[in-house]
Amino acid sequence: MQHGTRFPSPVSASLDETAARAGVPVIDPPESEPESQRETIAADPVIDITESIEAATRSVALVPRPKPVRLDLEPGESEIRRGDVDAYGRSEHMREIARRIYDPMYRYWFRTVWEGLEHIPTDGGALLVANHAGAIPADAPAIMHGIETELHRPVYGLAENLFRAIPFVGTMWSRLGGVAAHPDNAYRLLKDDRQLVLVFPEGTKGTGKTYRDRYKLHRFGRAGFVEIAMRSGVPVIPIAVVGNEEAMPILFKSRRLAALTNLPYFPVTANMLAFGPLGAGMYFPAKFRIRVLPPVHFGVTADQERYPRAQVMAESDRIRDTIQDALYDMLRTRRSVWFG
Amino acid sequence: MRILVTGLGTFWGSHLAQQLEALPEVEMIVGLDTQEPRLPLERTEFVKADSNYSILDRIVRATQVDTILHTHLIVDSTELPGRSLHEINVIGTMNLLAAAGTAGSPVRKVIVKSSTLTYGANFKDPYFFRESMPRTRPPRTRVERSLLEAASFVRDFAIDNPHVTVTKLRFSNVLGDDVTTPFSKALRLPAAPEILGFDPRLQFTHESDVTGALVFATRNDVPGIFNVAGDGSVPWSEVCAIVGRRRVPLPPVFTQWAAEPLRIARILDLPPEVLSLLRYGRAVDNSPFKRTGFRYGYSTAGTINAFARSLRLEGAVGSNSPSYRYERDVETFFRHSPAVVRERD
Repeated sequence: MQHGTRFPSPVSASLDETAARAGVPVIDPPESEPESQRETIAADPVIDITESIEAATRSVALVPRPKPVRLDLEPGESEIRRGDVDAYGRSEHMREIARRIYDPMYRYWFRTVWEGLEHIPTDGGALLVANHAGAIPADAPAIMHGIETELHRPVYGLAENLFRAIPFVGTMWSRLGGVAAHPDNAYRLLKDDRQLVLVFPEGTKGTGKTYRDRYKLHRFGRAGFVEIAMRSGVPVIPIAVVGNEEAMPILFKSRRLAALTNLPYFPVTANMLAFGPLGAGMYFPAKFRIRVLPPVHFGVTADQERYPRAQVMAESDRIRDTIQDALYDMLRTRRSVWFG
Repeated sequence: MRILVTGLGTFWGSHLAQQLEALPEVEMIVGLDTQEPRLPLERTEFVKADSNYSILDRIVRATQVDTILHTHLIVDSTELPGRSLHEINVIGTMNLLAAAGTAGSPVRKVIVKSSTLTYGANFKDPYFFRESMPRTRPPRTRVERSLLEAASFVRDFAIDNPHVTVTKLRFSNVLGDDVTTPFSKALRLPAAPEILGFDPRLQFTHESDVTGALVFATRNDVPGIFNVAGDGSVPWSEVCAIVGRRRVPLPPVFTQWAAEPLRIARILDLPPEVLSLLRYGRAVDNSPFKRTGFRYGYSTAGTINAFARSLRLEGAVGSNSPSYRYERDVETFFRHSPAVVRERD
């Protein structure tokens, strides 16, 4: 898809379906339609679309975006509601605006390329697990943007609940799909609402690591994400992101300033040195490669009271290792930080 | 079914008694309160009692009540000073349950009307509280502390009296045609307050669903703790939009101080527990109570819409809340005089 990546089969199927739907008037055209027009439509439908998939940069240019499913609306409710904020505070309308603003960054600054998008299910819950880095991490928006534009599925990003306490930022973050990383929130999203949930098990330890430690995964917390996936009965889909760790690398951390500002870490980034004060919010144009790895199914029954600690830890380590291996594999084939 | 209702003089006590009177299986209703009932009641016997129910023991024995509906827990801290709030919520509940739990007590069912206020509102909260989840920050206000303390008495009572069906219903914020709550007051103002930069998710229950839930628990055996709240959640900005109110921002820091002039000018009293709701919001999981068979009349958005409609009507024709004054002699005459022809019996 993006830059010639082969499009996943489930989506191709839905593309064909749309093509077939587009072909309906061809099979049964209105009487008034002239003969010639009928033929031109009949001539191209399926072939043309599949061809242009290869050529097009994005599928959304071809396929009308299906209306996203509203999580908490009941019949009759839509006449009352004035906004589209769902039960988790996400607003598809706000996401749409954010996607439009972020799209140039995603396409021309980071030139994001996906591999293995077919591993992400087009239906049902799944927990996406990725590596995390950068003083202000650029990986979450890139992953969410990519999946939402390609698969037309919302992605909810779990993050530190501290965001909720900050005026404006907290509200914005929540409208754009941020969800406080409470186990029960994740469980509800995955089990009851069957959504995609993105989590970075490294947490602030990942984003707070310095340039020297790039692409070295930190420990995956206390493996809570495995337990949530097991309890909700969904697979974990590991994702390896390359490029992000060079977009805003941390050179030093000031412990004193962190204590003063009450932040988990206070970074001095390479961007700040390069761009001055502007660098606090400006990324280096590193080439983003995002590889989606095959889903990990646990083979345990959902909703168990508890899961053996040893099994949970082992699964967590296994997932961590697959991401780490993928990262090394991708770095081996990468020629340049900037051009991929 | 012989029922005792506490807080008959409150909004909820009166409305509940009115609904219970219509049920054929209810033989008798006794209502307790320090104040007189607010609504005309047909057959409920009103007993004026002090707020900590010292005569309750005698009433229970004399009337042989089998069901106690404890609606007299104050959840709106702007109604009363802290001291009397503690007296009513904590001491009142303690004495009530002590009387209900004496040896040979005829009480077989206790239903307590509590509030989701017991969960608090904090940034660490889950988006939907389940009944089993504890609050994430210790309570800071008197009303929250008193409700938690009352809850511990209810729990103890349930443990000590396994033969009694104990139901505790935690209601979310209520809106409706007649009830007055901090939120209904805020939304009646020309402009509703908000905290700058925050747009919390809130849940509302319609007043008819509150009495509906209490009646449901009376008629069916549903032991346990249940959240009661309309389906879904709506951000505060949208609540104001549905009701048709502008918003006036309060600063995100020193909010309590900024709200103080409003209280002094008697425009609007925003106690700390309401301010933290306007900051972080709160929603609860209402599915366990639905699974017992209860059907809501209104969702959260539906409740807000119904409230907006009643405000519009009020704007057009003025307040039409029922005015009623309890006259002891008149009520006694209708209930007990041999001159009155009663259809019952």
